[in-house]
Amino acid sequence: MDEQNKIRRYTIVTSMDNEAGVLSQLAHLFSRRGHNIETIAAGWTTDRKIMRFTIEIFTDEAKMKLLCDQLRKLVPIHYVEILEPQKSIRRELMLVRVNAADRATRNEIIQIANIFRGSVVDITHDSLTLQIVGDDQKNSAFETLLREYGIIELARTGIVAIERGELKKHDDD
Amino acid sequence: MKLNGSEILINCLLEQGVDTVFGYPGGAILNVYDALYKHAEIKHILTAHEQGASHAADGYARSTGKVGVCFATSGPGATNLLTGIATAYMDSSPVVFITCNVTGNLIGRDAFQEVDITGCTLPVTKCNYMVRDVDKLAETVREAFIVATSGRPGPVLVDIQKQVTSNEAEYEFVPKEKHFEQGRIVRLKSTHHPSISSPEPDLNAIDAIAEILMKSEKPLLICGGGVVRSGAADEFTELAEKLDAPTAITVMGGGAFNGHNNLKTGMIGMHGSQASNMACDSCDVLFAVGCRFSDRVTLNPNTFASQAKIIQIDIDASEIDKNIKTDIHVVGDAKKILRLLLERITEKQDHTDWKNYVFSFKVETVYKKLENGKMTPAEILSAVAEILPDRTIVTTDVGQHQMWAIQHFKFDYPGQLITSGGFGTMGFGLGAAIGAQVGNPEGTVLHVTGDGSFRMNCNELATEEYYKLPIITIIFNNSCLGMVRQWQHLIYDEHYSQTTLDRGPDFAKLAEAYGVHGRRVTNVEQLREILHETIEKRSDGKGWVIDCQIDIDEMVKPMVGGGSHIADFMLI
Repeated sequence: MDEQNKIRRYTIVTSMDNEAGVLSQLAHLFSRRGHNIETIAAGWTTDRKIMRFTIEIFTDEAKMKLLCDQLRKLVPIHYVEILEPQKSIRRELMLVRVNAADRATRNEIIQIANIFRGSVVDITHDSLTLQIVGDDQKNSAFETLLREYGIIELARTGIVAIERGELKKHDDD
Repeated sequence: MKLNGSEILINCLLEQGVDTVFGYPGGAILNVYDALYKHAEIKHILTAHEQGASHAADGYARSTGKVGVCFATSGPGATNLLTGIATAYMDSSPVVFITCNVTGNLIGRDAFQEVDITGCTLPVTKCNYMVRDVDKLAETVREAFIVATSGRPGPVLVDIQKQVTSNEAEYEFVPKEKHFEQGRIVRLKSTHHPSISSPEPDLNAIDAIAEILMKSEKPLLICGGGVVRSGAADEFTELAEKLDAPTAITVMGGGAFNGHNNLKTGMIGMHGSQASNMACDSCDVLFAVGCRFSDRVTLNPNTFASQAKIIQIDIDASEIDKNIKTDIHVVGDAKKILRLLLERITEKQDHTDWKNYVFSFKVETVYKKLENGKMTPAEILSAVAEILPDRTIVTTDVGQHQMWAIQHFKFDYPGQLITSGGFGTMGFGLGAAIGAQVGNPEGTVLHVTGDGSFRMNCNELATEEYYKLPIITIIFNNSCLGMVRQWQHLIYDEHYSQTTLDRGPDFAKLAEAYGVHGRRVTNVEQLREILHETIEKRSDGKGWVIDCQIDIDEMVKPMVGGGSHIADFMLI
């Protein structure tokens, strides 16, 4: 298949003026140009007047380029960037409440959570709520392992991403 | 000084030099109309319907090069603008739409005449705003005008909550040149935001393009709507002549390449001339300026200009490679880029053999005289072109008459043809003609329409009559929706489903009822007499509706089916 038509996951980072309606402007552009948003996460930047969005979609290179140019035309947009997977850090937070009616089950689940560097954020007589941070693959693996205990509720924030800093090279490198 | 929001709005329009507004009042916008009442320096054209006002503001913008301004109230007033906004958006026409909404404490409560018009217009405006705070009003209006007119132009909507129009704020007159120094525009300007700026052209690409154009043996140029918007008609023509290259126009490019120029191959695409489409199929370089390769131009993008290196010049980066993959492109203002190319293309080229080939195909369709004695569209248009003044502004509706008019008339200057190319809005023409006549009071304005299109918005005859606008409307009356019928004839086994308009009104009588001249015409001699009469009686300030009876089976030729190869004519 031609490189231009290969469909893959793209991570788009954009910042916009923090004002009413910007999210709908952004989301609407994706839908009317025929894209389906896989995940979207938003929050303030260091400047409360500017919001940063991380959006992931599946598409090909040509459509991605076009979409970036279309996004850049939105007046509230400051910048649009595509983060390359190797050069960026992608994380999402997942909260999951799972059945845990007896001590043995609770221990097992806590052990799994420890392996995943998750933490227990709530406990009751018959359930545990766990928090885990990772990329989508890690979180999905965690979810798969918990399925046998019975997941009561699950919430994911969607990916937030940031570019890795550049290492300074030594002269003899 | 302290002013209320409505006064601030009017003053902001005065800062822009606005002297004409099209619109329709209503509950939410009452305060603004009250301020307007005190400002005789702004002429308000009251239309019969908000849609008419939206098209009039658009036609005004396209025919004058100024910004069109249109007012409407909340709810239905605002939604009635929607088709007009979309029409302006698809054809990149700079219009500022101002609507008022219900007061802030009623927003979201489904109040009387409340609608989320910023939500409704999101996909069809360059940008839209809701003003909630009177302190932000002036800044927002100033930004709206800059966004509408800069970069790739387009419509902008400012929705103002009613309390803003009565609340007071400090206002100071700020001359237009200073508007770039305030508010969000400062950021947009400093970051060269594409919404308000045209990127600096890539000189390496321009060098390469000059090289390709000079080496080309079979070049074809396409003049798109961007040449009109950029004011680059002279540069484009100079380049075409220097390259000695056959030149096709798109519907939106009409007027930007002089219709009398010998290099003109006519329209390209679905109803393109044989010369344009055949040239497209065998050219070695296709150079398109301000043309977004719409599906009505390319038909089948996979086989479009398959022999050619494709070069695209556009101010909008998101138009590059959208519909057609280019070999090389430059993003920027057409005028600037064409000038840079002209500096680099020093030698005049000679493409006699190639031109002989291209012009061996027809540029104009020959429509045969009918045996039943009915007038043909070509006969009507020939009479009109001969009798009406040379620089007549032509507005059209959408359908067969639109294609006939663009094929037949020789448009000589940008802005002479005003037509809904992208959105294909039936009912656009009369409103647009009103805008064009208001903007060009001394000019002759011809409105070419069909019986289907005219029926949609003929209520604007009331506006034409009241403001004494001597617009000449010519109806190609075939008692059917001709273009749809043409498809039904060719593709749907002559199933004329809901396209026969064997019904009233009598358009001549309707015109008389509105107080303008109405005539029904069945032969060319009659038509010629009436056309002379329109000139003689122009000073009476009355418009004309000339209802020309034509045959129901007339078709637009040539025609290439949607999605077909551009040289595979279904009709010639």
